[in-house]
Amino acid sequence: MKKYLQILKRYKLSVLVCPFLVLIAVLCETIQPMYMAQIIDNGVMPRNLSVITSVGIKMLLISIVGLIFNVCNVYISSKAAIGFSTDLRSELFKKIQHLSFFEIDYFGPSSLITRLTGDIDRIQQVVLMALRMLFRSPIMFILALYFVIRTNHSMAYLLLATVPLLVISVGLILKKGFPFFLKIQQKVDRLNGVVRENLINMRIVKSFVREDYEAKKFNKRSEDLRDTSIHAENIIVTVFPVMQLVMNISIILLLWVGGHKVMIGDLKVGQLIAFLNYFAQILMSLMMFAMMLMVIARASASSQRITEVFTTPLSLDNTSEGLRNIHRIEFGDIKFDHISFHYKGGETDILKDINMHIRPGETIAVAGSTGSGKSSLLQLIPRLYDVTSGCIRIDGIPLQDYNLDELHTNIAMVLQQNELFTGTIAENLRWGKADATLQEIEEVAKIAEAHDFITSFTDGYNTLLGRGGVNISGGQKQRICLARALLRRPKILILDDCTSAVDTKTELRIRKNLKESWKKTTVLVAAQRIHTMLSADRVIVLDGGEVEAFGAPKELLVTSKIFQEIYYSQQIDK
Amino acid sequence: MPHGNQYKIDSKPKTPVKTIRRLISYMAHERSLLILIFVLIIIGIAANLAGSYMVRPIINKYILPGDFHGLVRMLFLLAVVYLIGVAAIYIEYIMLNKIGQNTVARIRADLFKKMEHLPLKYFDTHANGDLMSRYTNDIDRISDALTDSLSEMMSSILTVIGIIALMIFISPILTFITLITVPLMFFSARGIVKRSRKHFKAQQFALGALNGFVEEIISGQKVTKVFGNERKVEADFDVMNKKLKVPAEKAQLFSGLMMPLMMNLSTLNYVLITIVGALLSIYRGFDVGGLAAFLQYSRQFGRPINELASLYNNLQAAVAGAERVFQVIDESPEKADSPGAVTLSEVKGDIIMHNVVFGYRPEKIILKGITFHAYAGHKIALVGVTGAGKTTIMNMFPRFFDIQSGEITIDNQPIDRISRTSLRRSMAIVLQDSHFFTGTVLENIRYGRLDATDEDVMAAAKFTAAHSFIKHLPQGYDTLLENDGANLSQGQRQLLNIARAAVADPPILLLDEATSNIDPRSEILIQKGLDQLMQGRTSLIIAHRLSTIRNADVIMVLEQGEIVESGTHEQLLAKRGKYYSLNEAQFN
Repeated sequence: MKKYLQILKRYKLSVLVCPFLVLIAVLCETIQPMYMAQIIDNGVMPRNLSVITSVGIKMLLISIVGLIFNVCNVYISSKAAIGFSTDLRSELFKKIQHLSFFEIDYFGPSSLITRLTGDIDRIQQVVLMALRMLFRSPIMFILALYFVIRTNHSMAYLLLATVPLLVISVGLILKKGFPFFLKIQQKVDRLNGVVRENLINMRIVKSFVREDYEAKKFNKRSEDLRDTSIHAENIIVTVFPVMQLVMNISIILLLWVGGHKVMIGDLKVGQLIAFLNYFAQILMSLMMFAMMLMVIARASASSQRITEVFTTPLSLDNTSEGLRNIHRIEFGDIKFDHISFHYKGGETDILKDINMHIRPGETIAVAGSTGSGKSSLLQLIPRLYDVTSGCIRIDGIPLQDYNLDELHTNIAMVLQQNELFTGTIAENLRWGKADATLQEIEEVAKIAEAHDFITSFTDGYNTLLGRGGVNISGGQKQRICLARALLRRPKILILDDCTSAVDTKTELRIRKNLKESWKKTTVLVAAQRIHTMLSADRVIVLDGGEVEAFGAPKELLVTSKIFQEIYYSQQIDK
Repeated sequence: MPHGNQYKIDSKPKTPVKTIRRLISYMAHERSLLILIFVLIIIGIAANLAGSYMVRPIINKYILPGDFHGLVRMLFLLAVVYLIGVAAIYIEYIMLNKIGQNTVARIRADLFKKMEHLPLKYFDTHANGDLMSRYTNDIDRISDALTDSLSEMMSSILTVIGIIALMIFISPILTFITLITVPLMFFSARGIVKRSRKHFKAQQFALGALNGFVEEIISGQKVTKVFGNERKVEADFDVMNKKLKVPAEKAQLFSGLMMPLMMNLSTLNYVLITIVGALLSIYRGFDVGGLAAFLQYSRQFGRPINELASLYNNLQAAVAGAERVFQVIDESPEKADSPGAVTLSEVKGDIIMHNVVFGYRPEKIILKGITFHAYAGHKIALVGVTGAGKTTIMNMFPRFFDIQSGEITIDNQPIDRISRTSLRRSMAIVLQDSHFFTGTVLENIRYGRLDATDEDVMAAAKFTAAHSFIKHLPQGYDTLLENDGANLSQGQRQLLNIARAAVADPPILLLDEATSNIDPRSEILIQKGLDQLMQGRTSLIIAHRLSTIRNADVIMVLEQGEIVESGTHEQLLAKRGKYYSLNEAQFN
């Protein structure tokens, strides 16, 4: 909410002017029955033609003024609402850019995407509608009431009496209906979840012949959604009949009381007809108001989803020391000092009391079985997650004291699951360094053994990737991702099992290239293949989050049971 | 363009009549309800119009002459009329809801059922997002149309007709004046719609580009993060966001003009009626009650006309959405089993591929005459570089794709003469990328065989070395896998995947790089499990790491869709050919 107000403030003028414009426009509309009453009572009844023409011209002029104000309102509200949603979208995007890995996993990419697209659109609609219509009904109501009071006090009570009746009944209905919209949204999400899973898993579904099983699952969810929707809508649709009923009752009372007043000469017949018109106007504006409330109700789920992102505290950000941005990574010396780590919300420690010192320029292989904590260990170094206890130092300075930009600029990490973006290969590589020259690009592509296959494409480095572009194999993708990281010329390079799809021959060549041309860079590599481990300066063997052994591969062959196992399992093949 | 369809609001349906007829046929299940709704709409409108008309006699016959008792009597009658109208509308809404939601659920079910039976080729050539949007946006629009727009449209039209009839009855001249403003409304509406459509198109284009960008960047958010490229991305985003701003403003401006313009025209109409009505009563003796009723109608008249324009748009969007949904429903499913297709029982797993030719596109042949014989219980390995056609061969056995020429047989039965269900039940596939369904670990393994007991599942997990890590999960076998098992490592995912195949217990196993994502330590374990699993089953294996297939009965080396070498490990090494050099490359 705070965020919305903050942004709305930028459009203060429009937000303040719009209700004013609506006021004038509504006034032009609401005053008409008054004039109509004059025409009937002072023109028709006494047969006075001049009253009819003079009042008639006034009516016409006023309706034109109303049109002008309405158009102005549309113009200003469009600008303000679009400006608002543009800003909101931009702020949300920025906030998402600041989310750390933990929050990205928490929300999930697809949910963040809907928040940035569909949810924002819905909010835009609401703001637009609010600026144009929200004040219309209350203003119309107040003005109509004013005109009725001016003409006849006692009739005004009648109009006033209907208000609490309407507000209470509509309020109750909406209050009962609101919670269902969230429920419906959840069920829609679950239903879509089934579809999405099936799309990803189509091969599995088909190979196990589970089409009908899945259809049954889907239908169960679909019917569940249907029933909830029916239930919710049944509550909501009562709004209109109830409103109509209240208004009908008041019209009958109006005719009753008003009719009596006309008979005893307290009220003129033209005024009575004007009142009837006011009631119709009020009914219509109230219906619009209720409809708007419903749209707002539906959008409130969207708003909640957006607010949730805005209010999510960042679990990881620059510290005050980091904000000063004075420390620089020069060598790539890494020290782990009694590190323990578990994911937020997790119970068991993924890493337990890790102590080690990695010297600048070393190549370290991280070995260990699935779930031993390899990825977690590596992700701590560029501060993608914060340690739970202990301290990591780079060049002797605690990690938190660095600015995050400094860390990410000098520590390049290639993730296990990596992404390329739509664009040319060169553009994708420049992701690592925006102003890289073609020469620099080719240089790193050669190291990553990507140059040859890239130049084999007709368009070479200008080959389009992604939608509508060329399809590359998993191994090729991994090599491009590697080159992209290398382009950064980092002091520390972290490779999280990122060459699994590259064949052994090529992988060995990459490793050789790296060793020759990147002597000063500290390299950490999570690996599964024994030759990767053997070619490293030292190997960390992790077991259940603890360091089982740390040393040169040759030493480990003697000292580490796990390393021996890995070695022999892959050596017998020879 | 991703999300493109979502925002194409003015997409025109191609065959509206056919589509509408088909939509109606979905509702035909509830024909009696539909008729009831129609009757209720008419009752509701009639009551409403009659209520407004009664103002005329009330003023003329009772109020002006001063007959209070008569007035009260008439008002009771009016109350009854109103009550009937409100009740009719309420019941109508409830019925509509039911029909609308039922119909949508029915369409959804058909769509999903068809999707499950589409050939894999369809998914390879259509983006998932595109299919998803048919479930979300398109179905939503249909649902809106069925529950709201359709009935609103019907009642709007009927209301307009009813009002015009009553207006003519009250005063043909005033009716004429009212109807003059209608074409005025119509033409100004059309002018605005034309203009706004142009800007809407520009807006949709910019929005589509922006949303495509968002989708891609957020999907790869971790990469942006790791590279610290947040600011660059923000800058790119701001450029696109600004590009959207101008057309969006214009689109909203023009579409927003519609409403006030219509309202003011309706006010103008009110003014004209008042003036002319007044003149009429002076010169022609037109009754005041008639004028009052007419003024009521003129107010009621504007609304349905305003609404018709937007209702028409909604309906058009819904029909376009329905067309997209039906398009999927009309896709041809996997070819039906040939007549007389057999159900395999007691599969031995003797597989023959004879001169098989296949390409995903007919003009681009991938498999160029593959011939081999896998004896029951044998272990056949396929090796070769990426793109040689290994996975394509695998895709042929469960008939994910149909071969162009040649023959594949299982136990001497051509596979196109075996029922698909029975064919696929005879084999289990383990793929390189493993995906899961939302549910517990237990449920995910059980996916392989739905009637497996908890003990069966655990036995399979133990068998394939998955048990030890499952045991250590927070809730063991009851741990919930969400987000496609994001809480598991690659290796753990693969272990589950293998356990799932193990529980299915099929005579034939297809392992497509099943162990390539597993670390060496687990691989020893899993290799043992897999070896055990493969005992007595015909297995086809694709492996990157040659170590895992050394003990295969036959190793076939594939190159550009042809088998260039085959034999046992020792035979092929002795040959010093392709296999030999692949082997050397990997271990030295």
